[in-house]
Amino acid sequence: MSTAAVEAGDVSGTDYEAVIGLEVHVELATASKMFCGCSTDFGAPPNTRVCPVCLGQPGTLPVVNRAAVESAMRLGLALGCDISASQFHRKHYFYPDMPKNYQISQYDVPICAGGALEVPAGQDGNAPVRVGITRVHMEEDTGKSLHVGGTGRIHGADESLVDYNRAGIPLLEIVSEPDLATPEQARAYLAELRAVVLALGVSDAKLEEGSMRCDANISVNRPGQPPGTRCEIKNLNSLRSLGRALRYEIDRQIQLREAGQAVVQQTRHWDEAGGIDRLAATLPELPAAARQRLVAAGVPAEAAGVVVAAHATGVLDDALAAGAGPGEAAKWLANDVTGALGERGLELGEAPLTGAHLAELLAMVDEGVLSTKLARQVLEGVLDGQGSPREIAAAHGLEQISDTDELEAVVEQVIAENADAAAKVAEGNDKAIGALVGGVMKATGGQANPQVVNQLLRERLQQA
Amino acid sequence: MSELHGLSAVELLVAQDRGEASAAEIVQAHMARIAATDERIGALLQVLADAARSRADAIDRRRAAGEPVGSLAGVPLALKDILCTRGVTTTAGSKILKDYQPPYDATVVERLADADAVPVGKANLDEFAMGSSCENSAFWPTRNPWDLGRVPGGSSGGSAAAVAAGQAPLAIGTDTGGSIRQPAAMCGVVGVKPTYGRVSRYGLIAFASSLDQVGSFARNVTDAALLLEAIAGSDPRDATSVHAPAEGMRAELDDGVAGLTVGVVGEFLEGEGLAPSVRDACRRAVDRYAALGADVVDVSLPHAPYGLPAYYLINPSEASSNLARYDGVRYGLRVDAPTTEAMMAATRDAGFGAEAKRRIMIGTFALSAGYFEAYYAQAQRVRTLIARDFEAAFADCDVLVGPTAPTTAFPLGDKTADPLAMYYNDIYAVPASLAGTPAMSLPVGTDDDGLPIGLQLMGPLLGEATMLRAARALEADLGLEAAPSGVGPLEAEGRT
Ligand SMILES: [Zn+2]
Repeated sequence: MSTAAVEAGDVSGTDYEAVIGLEVHVELATASKMFCGCSTDFGAPPNTRVCPVCLGQPGTLPVVNRAAVESAMRLGLALGCDISASQFHRKHYFYPDMPKNYQISQYDVPICAGGALEVPAGQDGNAPVRVGITRVHMEEDTGKSLHVGGTGRIHGADESLVDYNRAGIPLLEIVSEPDLATPEQARAYLAELRAVVLALGVSDAKLEEGSMRCDANISVNRPGQPPGTRCEIKNLNSLRSLGRALRYEIDRQIQLREAGQAVVQQTRHWDEAGGIDRLAATLPELPAAARQRLVAAGVPAEAAGVVVAAHATGVLDDALAAGAGPGEAAKWLANDVTGALGERGLELGEAPLTGAHLAELLAMVDEGVLSTKLARQVLEGVLDGQGSPREIAAAHGLEQISDTDELEAVVEQVIAENADAAAKVAEGNDKAIGALVGGVMKATGGQANPQVVNQLLRERLQQA
Repeated sequence: MSELHGLSAVELLVAQDRGEASAAEIVQAHMARIAATDERIGALLQVLADAARSRADAIDRRRAAGEPVGSLAGVPLALKDILCTRGVTTTAGSKILKDYQPPYDATVVERLADADAVPVGKANLDEFAMGSSCENSAFWPTRNPWDLGRVPGGSSGGSAAAVAAGQAPLAIGTDTGGSIRQPAAMCGVVGVKPTYGRVSRYGLIAFASSLDQVGSFARNVTDAALLLEAIAGSDPRDATSVHAPAEGMRAELDDGVAGLTVGVVGEFLEGEGLAPSVRDACRRAVDRYAALGADVVDVSLPHAPYGLPAYYLINPSEASSNLARYDGVRYGLRVDAPTTEAMMAATRDAGFGAEAKRRIMIGTFALSAGYFEAYYAQAQRVRTLIARDFEAAFADCDVLVGPTAPTTAFPLGDKTADPLAMYYNDIYAVPASLAGTPAMSLPVGTDDDGLPIGLQLMGPLLGEATMLRAARALEADLGLEAAPSGVGPLEAEGRT
């Protein structure tokens, strides 16, 4: 058991093994119901395949369907069971789709007992396994309830309608020993059992249509320890559901035990369509996790908070992926981008700014192509949808002038025009250089690289 | 009594054969009798006047046309209101089925129709046949025609009273633990519970399925046997019905008892609580058997004293299960409530009477996990022991005799506050019910108050013919046959 489990991988890497048994219901393909002469055909209008017996009218009595008993015996023989005289019992519970408020079933004396099914090795890589058959017994199906209006459930619906066409359809319940160790083995067992049922022709055994239904009992334990508390899982209406539900349940039970919590014996309902695990996987990164991750990546905590609150995490991630430095990129997003968007009354998601745009803009600043001030102008253009930063800077002639040859002429002209200031700088009054730099910038329409200008001015005036 | 309502079934058949009376006249005479008596007795929950008249007319036409008619053609009959009649309200004496109209006929009802019997009314009963006085009817208590201040017995009290009062020569009853025999004894008529499985239970509203059996009431043994022949026989719709020929119930009727061994059940005749008048009447009957040439021997049913407690576990257990279906969802009473669950609870609370609720509670408890072995299963083991007691007794005897009930009819209200005292009425009846053997009650005299006393006769499984033969022999010897008991006293003033 444990070997197979480890091979299949469900409990590999853990110190647990799983114990699985299946209860399979098969709707028999007899012409008439279990205890009356009503037709079993599928899809008839509601309550047209009923009679006093299957409606549980007072005074009616069940007479067992010979064909149903023979179907049970044939399946029992195919599974190597002992076939014996058997007894029906009444299983009581009040439910409107059960006409007598009890189900005629078999309890301590089932018709078939003690067989086995050899399950071959499957495509999943599961090892072949011999699965003991505890029993096969006969019972009758219930009707179907339809809850209309209100909550649409039995509690809180405006109306409940019942269709008794299915009430009294013969069922076989095949109970396996807990000989299965993995979801793959369980799937292979169900597939093999279905093949046997189809070969015998006792049922059409359609899992999706409900003519074959499966419940699973499952527990986990440490090797060498007795089986753990088991849970029952119902509503496994496909091989896929069976595998997924068992995998989920094994995982759940192991996690509980690892967390020091008890597995509570209970019946659980598998919901394939809206599985919680599937929904959980669709959840986005939540704010706390995002902040934590950004800080770990080098984003200042305050900026990370603003970026996450602005729902800009995706843009920042893209910018970082495109080579932007985390501190700079976050600061730009938190301050300039957020501010500019605020003026436009836009959310980040509505603006055409991408992470790649941001990375490009920062690279241009880094390269000295744009001053910070120019970069802000370019950013406005990006937010207005004019294109990428490089496209915008080129189109508007916003690139910075760093070429010393080009700037030297301007510097000479400004010194000539501001002789007083130039003299003060030459005398060592450093503060006076600002007026000269400003003059150069003014003359170049702001495009001159102020650092280059500064350097050129000092060199020129020290020489003087 | 030459009036038509005083004649036996056999006499009515003969009168029609001879052209002395038509079915219509017979039905008319019984309708008049019902009108004259039932306001005081309350035997019938429903009088089927129109249906009875049209059925009688049809029988008369067929007879006139020379067509064959059935074995009970034109004979009026009361039907215990626990047998389903298609489209005709069938209540089981319960509020929960007050307006229930079954979509089908019980097998017994079909067989009676095949025999051309004419149901004239549906007879009152204790709710779901739970009771020994007819006071548990949800509608009204039936009164004993011999003394209107007394109960007719139960649960088939309406059937017994109707026959005793001349409302019909025949009636159908059901017997789960004495429900035919005890009212027969108290109303001074013949009541036969056949072997379990003799008569189909299909359409008999189930009370305790392993005990319920349909049987016959009449004012004499021959009529009772005739009715039994009409309704008995295997039925594919009842898997517990036995494959034995229905005919032959009357085969030995006039053979007498010479050569028969009659066993006197010591546990019954020496029992505590047996009224001296009943004991004396039974002893006199036993003496007559000896005088008539039977071998009279003392026999013992050693486990019989455990029968009553075992019965009152098995019976509520099965009842609690059988009554689960009355939930307001599909038919019968529905008390609306905000949820399905609350609707079911409110319906059952309003629909069931006190005795039904008591048995549902006891039965549900006895069947619940952890108690099943100690109660239901243990009671079933007692049942097996009692069946073996009967087997052993019938190894030596052809028929067993003892009292049917410990007392004669008791006053209305006498035991309603004490369920155990009420249950005690069934003490001599339940052993045969548990064993599934046939048993009957035969009037054998009256007590000092003029109230009828019944002798119980019990036969082996499927041994109805011999049991009826022994009853017929004593009936003929006692000479009570020609006097339909109860009719006279009812007509006299001052007995109420
Ligand atoms: Zn049906």
